[in-house]
Amino acid sequence: MTAKVPYADVEVGTELPARSFPVTRAALVRYAGASGDFNPIHWNEKFAKEVGLPDVIAHGMFTMAEAIRVVTDWTGDPGAVVEYGVRFTRPVVVPNDDKGTAIEVSGKVTAKLDDNTVRVVLTATCTGQKVLGMSRAVVRLA
Amino acid sequence: MALDQSFVGRSYPPTAPYEVGREKIREFAEAVGDAHPAYTDGEAAKALGHPDVIAPPTFVFGITFKAAGQAVTDPRLGLDYSRVVHGDQRFAYVRPIRAGDRLTVTSTVESVKSLAGNDVLDIRGEVHDETGEHVVTAWTTLVARAAEED
Repeated sequence: MTAKVPYADVEVGTELPARSFPVTRAALVRYAGASGDFNPIHWNEKFAKEVGLPDVIAHGMFTMAEAIRVVTDWTGDPGAVVEYGVRFTRPVVVPNDDKGTAIEVSGKVTAKLDDNTVRVVLTATCTGQKVLGMSRAVVRLA
Repeated sequence: MALDQSFVGRSYPPTAPYEVGREKIREFAEAVGDAHPAYTDGEAAKALGHPDVIAPPTFVFGITFKAAGQAVTDPRLGLDYSRVVHGDQRFAYVRPIRAGDRLTVTSTVESVKSLAGNDVLDIRGEVHDETGEHVVTAWTTLVARAAEED
């Protein structure tokens, strides 16, 4: 495992490059197929509304997969992720148009741990509201 | 309706092996829009110290969630799957998953709760490879939202 960021170069408070990830209905259909999660709340507007949701929502795991890219793009080695956890606090509502919506993700190092690892806390928002809570990863640096 | 508390602590036998295919990894990486070469290019993965292409960090969820289905869809548990949303998800990795792994999952129901009318189910999935090596543990919380009162 060869992360490109040296542990010695990182301090508590180091900010990771922020990213914006688009989410469209087409992306959700594609994710459903790739992940095997065909829950209709992620593609069927009528069903989503019947169970009390505002509209079709993104798979939480789609949002989780996008958010960690702020970490994996930073370290250079996706295999350097040791732990990763999130709470899905608010659904990412995806309108039925070509634009969809976007998930904005930023990250900050909040602790230097043993064995060349650091803790990163991620912030993910959609239309200005937090969609992930307690979103943190531990990653092993060089 | 309250979930059956007797499910707490219940473990299910290991699942049949899931063989991680390199094209499945590619499909997943494309679906999340991630072009990192470690997911598709064996040489790029090797340059990072991996024996073969690796899977993105959340890839394993598809395998552990299917295994969790042994409990989730058991009618005796009483979970209304049409109202289920994903509450929390956490992974602890021993090593990344890679193409060619043959993975089995042992699922355990960690807790069954009712919070403000919502049913909350915590399931842990321990993932091992064909040599018996522990690869990753996944903790999944599912919430069946209370139906609105009419």
